[in-house]
Amino acid sequence: MIGDAFQELEGADLEEPVIAQRRVWRLLRSNPGFWIGGLLVVAIVFVAAFASVLAPHDPNQQFPDGINAIGEPLAHSAKFPLGTDFQARDVLSRLLYGARLSLSISVLGNLLAVAVGVSLGAVAAWTRGWLEIVIMRFTDIMLAFPSLLLALALVAIEGPSLTIIIVVIGMVSWTSLCRITYGQVLGLREREWVESARATGVGPARILIRHILPHLLAPILVYATLGVGLTVVFEGSLSYLGLGVPQPAPSWGRMIQEASSQTSLQFYWLILYPSLALFFTVLGFNLLGDALRDALDPEGQLRR
Amino acid sequence: MLSYIIRRLGWGILVLFGVSVVTFVVAFAVPGDPARLIAGPHASRLVLANIRHAYGMDQPLPVQYLTYMNHLFHGNLGYAYSVSNPVLPTIAGRLPATALLALCGILFELGIGLPVGVMAAVWPQGIPDRLGILFSLFGFSIPPFILGNLLLTAFAFHWTVFPLGGESGPSSIVLPALTLGLGGAAWYSRLLRATMIDVLGTEYVRTARAKGLSSRRVVLRHALRNAAGPLVTQFGLDLAFFLSGVVVVETVFAWPGVGFLAYTAITHDDINLVMGTVLFAAVFVVLVNILVDLAQAWLDPRIRLDSFEGAG
Repeated sequence: MIGDAFQELEGADLEEPVIAQRRVWRLLRSNPGFWIGGLLVVAIVFVAAFASVLAPHDPNQQFPDGINAIGEPLAHSAKFPLGTDFQARDVLSRLLYGARLSLSISVLGNLLAVAVGVSLGAVAAWTRGWLEIVIMRFTDIMLAFPSLLLALALVAIEGPSLTIIIVVIGMVSWTSLCRITYGQVLGLREREWVESARATGVGPARILIRHILPHLLAPILVYATLGVGLTVVFEGSLSYLGLGVPQPAPSWGRMIQEASSQTSLQFYWLILYPSLALFFTVLGFNLLGDALRDALDPEGQLRR
Repeated sequence: MLSYIIRRLGWGILVLFGVSVVTFVVAFAVPGDPARLIAGPHASRLVLANIRHAYGMDQPLPVQYLTYMNHLFHGNLGYAYSVSNPVLPTIAGRLPATALLALCGILFELGIGLPVGVMAAVWPQGIPDRLGILFSLFGFSIPPFILGNLLLTAFAFHWTVFPLGGESGPSSIVLPALTLGLGGAAWYSRLLRATMIDVLGTEYVRTARAKGLSSRRVVLRHALRNAAGPLVTQFGLDLAFFLSGVVVVETVFAWPGVGFLAYTAITHDDINLVMGTVLFAAVFVVLVNILVDLAQAWLDPRIRLDSFEGAG
């Protein structure tokens, strides 16, 4: 539903590039959401990239001294800063490696969605005619499916694996980007510089890449940023429902699911830390995406 | 109006046809083996061949699709092994619980989203607006399965105000409905704020004010009513997303509805039941969108001249 917010997005800046850049930067700089969101995103990317350096332990290693005599997980200690789980594994290490898993799935799934959505939307708007009808009607059909339910069905049939989950996320999240790109290209193809390129005999592929794609970068950037936030939740939900990346990979969604079977606050760290990690990751991408949208689309600022 | 209705219905039927094709492709034509899913991992080749034959999976795909459609038209969505019942009655039996949850969820969306959005629109950049922005950020960023667990831990485990899960008395709906509604409340409050600011700036609201109508009357009677149309249309478009939330929330709270049914079907590898719920949900989304469009066209003649778009 976030995607629909972009339909009104005027991504193509038609003023002088340098002035436009300066204006965008001025708007970003004065927006606290940009700084908070940017900081959160940088932090999470840093953690994901250096998980192997930052983590005190192997995320899947089970420590004999990681549970007490009656098999309960341990709270904070010097050896296990955020405690251990019921399998006697280090929670902090699983959390850090979870960032890597969560982020790589979301980023790759989104890249796939961007590639599929942008190419389909651009082709539909550029060719018009029957291809346009087929693509856009297919998009409408896909929009009728609850994406999580469709993804669950696909993963259940194919069997969960890292590749399948990335592909499925791509398959169910390209639709809104396709419609945004379609709307943008529809407007851009009538502009004079595109007309003149066409008149001088430049091929359609070259026009799309050289003259149209640069104007699509702003909406794609905004959408992809917000899309990563959505996908992190999506991947978390899949894992929570038991159809995420298979065991023993450290997924935040599954850490929460495993912990949620506990009926007391005694082992609060099992559920608290992965929940916070997920929340702040999503918050970071949402803040950054909102700030980018406000800066790249100042006209729409008051509307959303 | 009549030509609009005919075009809209014709388009809806086309989308329904497309939905059936997609469901069929997912269930039978993607590389994956439904026969193996039915038979289990240790089935012999002979057993698999028998299952494929029994289900017509050895037929060419177009033939399989025709059989599938023939069954659909007779209300036959197959047999749900995990519950030893046909799929359609199984889903129908769970429908009241889901309908109740969805309605209460929407009540929370409106009950929280409307006041927040209206106040933000009346005092843009003011304190209610800023609090509204914080609220919507929180609502967007907290995934339902985390919020649900949080509420459960706090209000069911720690302070036993509400029951732990399942459907047991009126109090059991509160936490699931709140979890389901909070994200939507955040989203629609922002949407309402934007639409209301537009409406409050229009000529006719200024006329109403000039006539001396009280501010409260202008906002509630005139502006809110005019902002409701776009909100309803957007709700139709968001319905698919909303139903994804229903699956998660019902699973978190073990709420005995269609979403929880889909989840248990998946954990039991009951592919007929899974695909039944997928098809059911998509058809529901398409039908609701048709109804929304027809209702809007009836209320606002300008819409009939525009084209329609979105899910179905």
